[in-house]
Amino acid sequence: MTTETTGVIKARVRLGDRVFSTSTIVAGSLILVVLAAVAVFLVVQSIPAIVAKPGTLPNAAPNFWAYVWPLVFGTVWAAAIALVISIPISIGVALFISHYAPRRLAQGLGYIIDLLAAVPSVVFGLWGVLVLARAIQPFFVWLNANFGWIPLFGGTVSGTGKTVLTVAIVLAVMVLPIMTAVCREVFLQTPRLHEEAALALGATRWEMIRTAVLPFGRPGIISASMLGLGRALGETLAVAMVLSPAVVINFFLLTSQNPNTIASNIALQFPEASGIGINTLIASGLVLFVITFIVNAIARFAINRRKAFSGAN
Amino acid sequence: MAVSVARPMTNSLTTGRLPRGSVWMILVGSWILLGIVFLLVQMAGGTKQYNLVGALFLGTVLFDILVFTIAYLVEGGRQARDRLATSLIATAFIIALLPLISLIYTVLLNGFARMVQPSFFTESMRNVLDAGGGAVHAIVGTLEITGLATVFSVPIGLLTSIYLVEYGKGQLARTITFLVDVMTGIPSIVAGLFAYAFFVLLTGNVGYRSGLGGAVALSVLMIPVVVRSSEEMLKLVPNELREASYALGVPKWLTVLKIVLPTSAAGITTGIMLSIARVIGETAPLLIVSGLTASMNYNLFDGRIMTVPVFVYTQYANQGAHQSDFVNRAWAAALTLILIVMLLNLIARIIARIFSPKLGR
Repeated sequence: MTTETTGVIKARVRLGDRVFSTSTIVAGSLILVVLAAVAVFLVVQSIPAIVAKPGTLPNAAPNFWAYVWPLVFGTVWAAAIALVISIPISIGVALFISHYAPRRLAQGLGYIIDLLAAVPSVVFGLWGVLVLARAIQPFFVWLNANFGWIPLFGGTVSGTGKTVLTVAIVLAVMVLPIMTAVCREVFLQTPRLHEEAALALGATRWEMIRTAVLPFGRPGIISASMLGLGRALGETLAVAMVLSPAVVINFFLLTSQNPNTIASNIALQFPEASGIGINTLIASGLVLFVITFIVNAIARFAINRRKAFSGAN
Repeated sequence: MAVSVARPMTNSLTTGRLPRGSVWMILVGSWILLGIVFLLVQMAGGTKQYNLVGALFLGTVLFDILVFTIAYLVEGGRQARDRLATSLIATAFIIALLPLISLIYTVLLNGFARMVQPSFFTESMRNVLDAGGGAVHAIVGTLEITGLATVFSVPIGLLTSIYLVEYGKGQLARTITFLVDVMTGIPSIVAGLFAYAFFVLLTGNVGYRSGLGGAVALSVLMIPVVVRSSEEMLKLVPNELREASYALGVPKWLTVLKIVLPTSAAGITTGIMLSIARVIGETAPLLIVSGLTASMNYNLFDGRIMTVPVFVYTQYANQGAHQSDFVNRAWAAALTLILIVMLLNLIARIIARIFSPKLGR
């Protein structure tokens, strides 16, 4: 007992400590395992489709990449239009809540926008196809008649309103809450001194926002857009219910021949798929996973870089 | 004396400014103007019914232009731009509210009448081709699958967040944090495909469908949310509490169990409720791995099992001969789903409000 004279007192390792810390490590590692399993199982199930011989794939596609390419295009295209709509609106809403609305109202208004996030996507789909598509169709006809010379609005206008533009509007509404929340947080973090300095120099409120808030919040806006893009890319049911799909690649916004998205294609085809068809759908899901992974990684990178320098303020 | 009488009364604080309240008058004025224009269009037979949204929208656009022009003439360019920005930002907020109002209004209008019919909560869709039937099989299925997903994800998520906050440092903790971020971004349909591929490899049955698979898919979506929110809550526990506990000779695991977790229990519960609210509306993974059925199947481990979101989807997508009956059921189920989600959110907020620890500040 007295032989240890080094002076280092080592805490007795208790059984409870051992068990508890090990179980937390196991739980943490389980996440590693799950994610690895997601990747491995998807890859294993995809391989038959990727190496499939011509003539065996759906849509008479010569190989898997020819099958998936229109879907990739449709996915990115619909999400991109959704972003074009939702970025200015979400910045506006975030600014309204952070800098324009009366202090007492601001939090309540934030809750109202968060309510949109609580609506399940299938309900958005139902609303999109039964309410929005019907209501907006006359506007599409007008747009097509008056601005049909712009290639985007050209083509034969859809009679049902189930077009890629309607889908993009629904997607924009769905990604609005997350984008607004991120933008709002970043705008609220703007150093008070920057804002007051701008106002003291005689800037109007808009000039203060343009010179102090927006430059400070730019990384936040970028990461918010990327998070919104990630959501919009993976959105399934709203697209599956609203879009009238076709196997095409075109940039027309108002026609009934719309490129389908990967997620929506899986949801529509999976219940009836069999054999190599299932493998093809899983492989396209893998492609979607890779795309969203890249987009989310960019978003995280932007947020983390932002964190690094906000500590200096 | 005479000179000062001749000068008109001016107030240096208000010259060159628009009078107070004039902006609001311009807004109401332009709405009324466009309202009249659209009324004339309707009377001339241009539109079938009165286009209120169009009138409000174009009225707001007219207001933006008017405010900019008037302010430019009276107040100068910089003030005009400021007013334009203010009105555009307020417009953006109103545009964001429009779909929410429209959605809640239509779901209530179309769903309420069907939902309050007693059969909706007592009958399944077995052998129903017209107005009857209900969603009880879907509601029970949703509760079972979400419950099982919660049983899977809460222990894993909570222990992971404890690891990240209390134990984790170095490469493993950084990797886990990164992977949790990655998991947050997994599209829900990919989670469904994963669960399907997993069980197909496990059972060798290509047509595999079960509630268990749905619960696994939902867990993949739920775990990262639980980890994130619990982590935030554990970080809020003041270090003084932990140090006081260590100073009394309490081992680390008991400190975590008896001090840290009770202190953050309210916040963690809130986070779990919110994560349940998030996955309970998921449709795509359940459509793929749990399938759909018209009958009551409450066995999670065997066969297809119905859920409310999938019920909404199938009622819309596979309309029978009596279309309106199917659409009505879809709206009613949508309303049920929204009510469940709202209820969970409400409970979460109440828990957060009542039980959150009062940190002495």
